[in-house]
Amino acid sequence: MSAALPLVAMRGMSISFGGVRAVDDVSLDLHAGEVVGLLGHNGAGKSTFIKMLSGAYHPDAGEIRIDGQAVTINSPRDARRHGIETIYQTLALADNLDAAANLFLGRELRTAWGTLDDVAMEAETRRVMARLNPHFVKFKEPVRALSGGQRQAVAIARAIHFNARILIMDEPTAALGPQETKQVADLILQLKREGIGIFLISHDIHDVFDLADRVAVMKNGKMVGTAPTRAVTKDQVLEMIILGTRPSIQ
Amino acid sequence: MLAALVLIWVGVDILSGGAFLTPRNLWNLSVQTASVMVMATGMVLVIVARHIDLSVGSVLGVVGMVMGVTQTEFLPRLMGYDSPFIWILALAAGVAVGAAIGLLHGVIIAYLGVPAFIVTLGGLLVWRGCAWWITSGRTVAPMDDAFRRMGGGVEGAIGSTWTWVVGVLAVAAIVLRALHARRRRQQVGFALRPVWAEVVVAGLACAGVLTVVLVANSYDLPPRVAERIAAARGLVVPPEGLSIAHGLAVPVLIAVGAGIVVTFLARRTRFGRYVFALGGNPEAAELSGVDTRRITVLVFVLMGVLCAVAAAISTARLNAATNAQGTLDELYVIAATVIGGTSLGGGLGTVAGAMLGALVMQSLQSGMVLMGLDTPLQNIVVGLVLVVAVWLDRLYRSRTLKGAA
Repeated sequence: MSAALPLVAMRGMSISFGGVRAVDDVSLDLHAGEVVGLLGHNGAGKSTFIKMLSGAYHPDAGEIRIDGQAVTINSPRDARRHGIETIYQTLALADNLDAAANLFLGRELRTAWGTLDDVAMEAETRRVMARLNPHFVKFKEPVRALSGGQRQAVAIARAIHFNARILIMDEPTAALGPQETKQVADLILQLKREGIGIFLISHDIHDVFDLADRVAVMKNGKMVGTAPTRAVTKDQVLEMIILGTRPSIQ
Repeated sequence: MLAALVLIWVGVDILSGGAFLTPRNLWNLSVQTASVMVMATGMVLVIVARHIDLSVGSVLGVVGMVMGVTQTEFLPRLMGYDSPFIWILALAAGVAVGAAIGLLHGVIIAYLGVPAFIVTLGGLLVWRGCAWWITSGRTVAPMDDAFRRMGGGVEGAIGSTWTWVVGVLAVAAIVLRALHARRRRQQVGFALRPVWAEVVVAGLACAGVLTVVLVANSYDLPPRVAERIAAARGLVVPPEGLSIAHGLAVPVLIAVGAGIVVTFLARRTRFGRYVFALGGNPEAAELSGVDTRRITVLVFVLMGVLCAVAAAISTARLNAATNAQGTLDELYVIAATVIGGTSLGGGLGTVAGAMLGALVMQSLQSGMVLMGLDTPLQNIVVGLVLVVAVWLDRLYRSRTLKGAA
């Protein structure tokens, strides 16, 4: 896996907010079909780090390469152009709009007249949602009327519908019950099989340990280290998160 | 909302001894509401986008003054008093000034980050001052003849024949729209509403249109005016007197046109979708790649243009541009919008609701005049109704939301 050119290579990423180094010289790779769990305490800098990839923040220093090509990502729109889709912890849904409007927000389908083609968007949404959550029927309701899992499904549908190659999921299962967590886990494995590279961000090791191929641990804005999930135990990873020290890996 | 309107209409009619539900009163009511209605359509988008515009009354005042001066002092010097282009040029000048003011507000709010409440509160004072400053407080009158048609009155109505044409076109549009929407849903295999439901909905809409046509056509012109028109057309006046109907008033058509255009923008274009997304969750809109600042600026430009249209109606109706024109209109416009179901928290609201809200406000006001209530009492009632209406709306809404969740 590591022999191939990485899908994403981030090198020496740094960003400061008002004199505080939120992320300090962090590097990380992601391969196609790989799930990387990005772990750390709240405030460790993992969300800030990943937001430089999703276009929400501009790095002060560092380089992002996609398929070996150096790219500049100045906005979420730029990120999307490179096939990077982000599912935020808050899901970033407009609660007052229905599923279709949210799925296509910023990329609406239009008729020959240039007006919104709501019927086509709803039809597409029904198709995508059938794949994620066959029981979903509330296509006409604003998403505020949906359950946590249904909202998550809408957010995921939005990310994968536009042929994402790189998926960033921030605390994807934090707000979900066991049943819904299982659904999301199945979905992640399915996307991985389709060759999508996935970053899973979490402060809870249990959320990601079974899903991730590799874990990367951050503390105080710095990268503690990365390790293949197979080669470490949960306790060793916890040690990295809490103490910020690398265990010796065989 | 409609139920409330019917309740008010019937109640006021009974209390005023049948003076309210007459073609004449309803026709006048529609003309009086037009200017606030036009502005309310824009206010819906402003409030949906989580902003507010307190300056609309003053903008109406300054734009009215600009249009007045343009058509009475500036243009006649260039093209004489009877040029047929004066009204359109004056209107264009007003719309340009309105759009420029909106642009200025929007840029300060979106790019300099000053809250809309403050920017437009400042605008309330600034533009009122500018309106005074243009003519040093002098009232400008009279308006151009063609311009005055926009204000209603005897000359500003389209007559019974054209009213029927408008009515028939509206009915045709309602039916075609319903058929088209149904066919489109059929093509992609969505569930369809039962045919009887579609027929009832479209039928009610058509009945509403025809009622309006009949009411407008049963309000006759004053006999003298009718005689003058008959003479001009070479008709013989029959001995029992002549009845020529007003038909729909031009300002009402303008208001309905504004309502249709803004509804179209809100529901069928990206711009409208983004306004609602922005109001629902600004962060989500931003993260989806929506240029929220640009959308904000456009919302205020639209508001400025609609203020200019409202100013045209208002100055044309008064046949003068005065200093005090539009004073307190911001409150009526915001009240109409909120009574019409637009949530001050943003993200929720309909243009049609706001227009109905404007009609409710004006109905109350004009009803109380017919009942002979004193002005202070009128204000007390309108104020109470505003608070109660919003409270009831909130109650209703929280109940339906709980039912849905």
